[in-house]
Amino acid sequence: MAEDSALATSSAADLLDLLDRGETSAVEVTRAHLERITKTDETLKAFLTVLEDDALAHAAGIDQRRSAGEPVGPLAGVPLALKDLLCTRGIPTTCGSRILADYRPPYDAGVVERLREADAVVLGKTNMDEFAMGSSTENSAFAATRNPWDLQRVPGGSSGGSAAAVAGFQATVAVGTDTGGSIRQPAALCGLVGMKPTYGLASRYGLIAFGSSLDQAGPITRTVEDAARLFQAMCGHDPRDSTSLTDPVPDVMTGLNRGMEGLRVGVVTEMMGEGMEPGVRARVGEAIDRLEPLGAEVVEVSLPHVSYGLPAYYLIAPSEASSNLSRYDGVRYGLRLDGGDTEQMMAATRAEGFGPEVQRRIMIGTYALSAGYYDAYYAQAQRVRTLILRDFEEAFGRCDVLIGPTSPSVAFGLGEKTDDPLAMYLNDVYSVPASLAGLPALSLPAGLGEHDLPVGVQLIAGVLGEAVLFRAARALEAELAFDATPRGAHALDAP
Amino acid sequence: MSVESVNSVEQATRYETVIGLEVHVELSTATKMFCGCATDFGGEPNSRTCPVCLGQPGSLPVPNRAAIEYAIRLGLALGCEIAPASQFHRKNYFYPDMPKNYQISQYDVPICLGGHLDITVEGETRRIGITRVHMEEDTGKSLHVGESGRIHGADYSLVDYNRAGIPLLEVVSEPDLRSAEEARAYLSELRAVVLALGISDAKLEEGSMRCDANVSLRPVGHTVFGTRAEIKNMNSLRSLGRAITYEVERQTDLLQAGEAIRQETRHWDEDGGVTHTLRVKEGEEDYRYFPDPDLLPIEPAEEWITSIRSTLPELPASIRERLVEQRGLTPDQAVTLVETGLHARLDEAAEAGAAADQAAKWLVNEVAGWANEHGVEPTAAPLSGSHLAELTALVGDGTLSTKLARQVLEAVLNGEGAPRAVVAERGLEQVSDTGALDALVDQAIAEQPDAAEQVRAGNEKAIGALVGAVMRASRGQANPQLVNELLRERLVSG
Amino acid sequence: MSLTPDDVRHVAQLARLALTDDQLDVMSEQLGAILAYAEQVAEVATADVPATGHPLRLANVWRDDEPRPSLSPHEALAPAPAAENGRFRVPRIIGEQPGARPREEPAHG
Repeated sequence: MAEDSALATSSAADLLDLLDRGETSAVEVTRAHLERITKTDETLKAFLTVLEDDALAHAAGIDQRRSAGEPVGPLAGVPLALKDLLCTRGIPTTCGSRILADYRPPYDAGVVERLREADAVVLGKTNMDEFAMGSSTENSAFAATRNPWDLQRVPGGSSGGSAAAVAGFQATVAVGTDTGGSIRQPAALCGLVGMKPTYGLASRYGLIAFGSSLDQAGPITRTVEDAARLFQAMCGHDPRDSTSLTDPVPDVMTGLNRGMEGLRVGVVTEMMGEGMEPGVRARVGEAIDRLEPLGAEVVEVSLPHVSYGLPAYYLIAPSEASSNLSRYDGVRYGLRLDGGDTEQMMAATRAEGFGPEVQRRIMIGTYALSAGYYDAYYAQAQRVRTLILRDFEEAFGRCDVLIGPTSPSVAFGLGEKTDDPLAMYLNDVYSVPASLAGLPALSLPAGLGEHDLPVGVQLIAGVLGEAVLFRAARALEAELAFDATPRGAHALDAP
Repeated sequence: MSVESVNSVEQATRYETVIGLEVHVELSTATKMFCGCATDFGGEPNSRTCPVCLGQPGSLPVPNRAAIEYAIRLGLALGCEIAPASQFHRKNYFYPDMPKNYQISQYDVPICLGGHLDITVEGETRRIGITRVHMEEDTGKSLHVGESGRIHGADYSLVDYNRAGIPLLEVVSEPDLRSAEEARAYLSELRAVVLALGISDAKLEEGSMRCDANVSLRPVGHTVFGTRAEIKNMNSLRSLGRAITYEVERQTDLLQAGEAIRQETRHWDEDGGVTHTLRVKEGEEDYRYFPDPDLLPIEPAEEWITSIRSTLPELPASIRERLVEQRGLTPDQAVTLVETGLHARLDEAAEAGAAADQAAKWLVNEVAGWANEHGVEPTAAPLSGSHLAELTALVGDGTLSTKLARQVLEAVLNGEGAPRAVVAERGLEQVSDTGALDALVDQAIAEQPDAAEQVRAGNEKAIGALVGAVMRASRGQANPQLVNELLRERLVSG
Repeated sequence: MSLTPDDVRHVAQLARLALTDDQLDVMSEQLGAILAYAEQVAEVATADVPATGHPLRLANVWRDDEPRPSLSPHEALAPAPAAENGRFRVPRIIGEQPGARPREEPAHG
């Protein structure tokens, strides 16, 4: 029998091996993680809901099937944490917001269905910036999640709960969602692998909308291989989502270990300029230096319009959000503040139920769509989006993968940026372009930067270029040999 | 239009009415526009709802292919251009009967653009422009609780989302209509087209077809439009006509008194016979339209459009023309047959050998009336074309008098079977057998010698009394023509 | 770009957010700063550049007109803050349904 601590720190791939060989059981694995959650989550605050009974019951069912020789799913027994904006039938789904504090959806999200079918064991729902708006998880209505590498710092966001849970060994793998970097940035800040699929590969059905033309769910894991496994299990066509691709999901497992040989990697000039911390620049630069020895051809590429990505994003995403969030009005579900007529009830409910950042984005979006401003703001941003798409298309005519930083800084202190919305937005500067273009992108740890905190390096591939994306990431991961165990004076104790 | 010209005495006396109609047609698809909930009525409140049409978090719309096909069908019938790429937009405003607080609609690229509809009023045919036809989703229904039972003065409201998300087509006309009669004719013709296409049951009374009218006046000869009022809540052709007539008078009075027309939405009060202010439009609503990122463009393939075009039914205008020119009906008969949908029955009857003009008379005079009396759709009358052919044949060969034929028709409509079967069952054949009639004729002459004498003396009118006596004695089953002949044989030539 | 408190008040009304005067003040300052940043998009020459509303270049996604099971009224109403007689209950409604689309030709899109 494996030690509990070993179970908690194992990768999904290793756990699946142990389970296959009968050296542990799904119940044991689940119990080890639930215990770790009990022990650490008062400090970490990664989870909003822990599903102890459901998880153990599912695990017991998996063990039973396995021992009876019945088929089990490809992730059978792997402990999984779900960001709390994925709908789970009958289970609280708050989206980090007071307005949905008591909401229990009548259905499972498409990706949740797939992961349940894969027999991943759902441990619970993780904390997040309210409606996925933020880069620190401090905009949660319920708690501020801590970074396992430094408990006085943020885990990033908006999928900060998912990242902290995996980095803190509470869950083996987690699902986050990414609109402008909400998977990649917390993965970078927590020393993890975070991956956003090509837009349309992961079903958006049951994923509570923020920016509908940008939102994608994806894996947050400690290894590239685990991310690949989770990606493979959670993606696929869903007829309930009109924007779901019908193309086959790229097979990312078969060629995962083929190495860097023969790949052309483009270094994006505009992403290597001013604005990032020296430690981030150094680690990303070192990662780039490893590419040629691994057999890759490295070229410089320019994405001339990419610097307009962030301004365009901060018009497009809030515009879509302002409309997506109109439905929270106190009529059909969620919080209601009574008093006065229906219009007053709606306005009071929304003012009380949404936090300041969500209100700001609703206001920006409403303004950007309103009569007289639409063309200068929303429509212009969408035209800039076209130019960014064209830049990427041209780049992928010459390269297989692009490389650059994920986030301009390592994890910052709790409360450090909460008073300056614009400073917070700048966290997304490197992650937003791939979101606007709907491209697959992955962050993996490049080493430690300022304060000995993790730095992420970002890889971006062309549409449906996941196979090459994971392959390059795996090769770089092997070369960099990063230890994902949080360490340092202010780190969470390891299991 | 300058204010002076409106107020100047010479020009203020005559105004031209300008009307544009916006018609919403609820489609008779099996499911809603963007989810699989059934559209059938009669269910409990909120029993036809799901996460999508309740706007629950995380739900997403997927368009109904049949609704798109219906839109194309109507567009082709109205001579519209089918947009090579149309887009759904979100129309954002808060209202509790709208689950997402935005309506999925179409904006600058609707599915159908620029068509026309010909209407005929008092024998004159005019072509009315269609600006656009677009797809959208319906809202839920609110029940207002309180003493008034209306929205004003209600204590609170209760919302049922069964109707939310049912597919609608909005048909917007150009401001080409010039009178209440034309507006009625337009709506009636549009309804006939929709019914012919089979895309909606188009019941104005029940709201599956709804009409708003934009009404304005301008001095005769002017080309600039006057300020318009938008009139809502007209639930029949009759109320559309009444509302516009009232509104035109109201605006005329205001203009002639030198007052300005306010741009506003007005509510037609059917009982009071007046329109009253609902909302004054202070600038346009800011609906913040933008392309719905949950939905992709609709780009109907040329082959699809061609195949839809090839299956379009014959349209009302062409049916009427054919009924008049080929079947020899009167224009009025043609209008009624198309309006009631009974034209198909006429064609069936004619195919089955009936004389078209005779069959038309039965349909227009009797079947339509019967349906009206029984409150059913005329097309639901249980009378096939071959029934009708049988009936006209029975009258034609003298088996039935017109009076008896009416009884037989009534029986057929009541479900008693085909005409010949009814005649046999009830023993209603006219007696045309001279042998059987001879005795009755002789008896009548014997019983009314005075009348017989008068006929012999050359007073032909007196024969009526004798015919009547024979008819009575035969309990109506004698063939009156034959009786007449038999009497003449005995009294005139004898 | 500067936003007056009245502009912000109007936007808050459109967005159905009951903001206090203090919140409006803070909001107008923050929105001004964010919009000033976002306005950089105006520097890009975009004549003849079509808008991209969506990263997918797909069209014609639809479903067949086949009914799917609905929720039961009980399930539909379960999360409602207030319900009565199988319906969602709301306080009195003041305005009428805005209803039909505006008559003006599209100004944008």
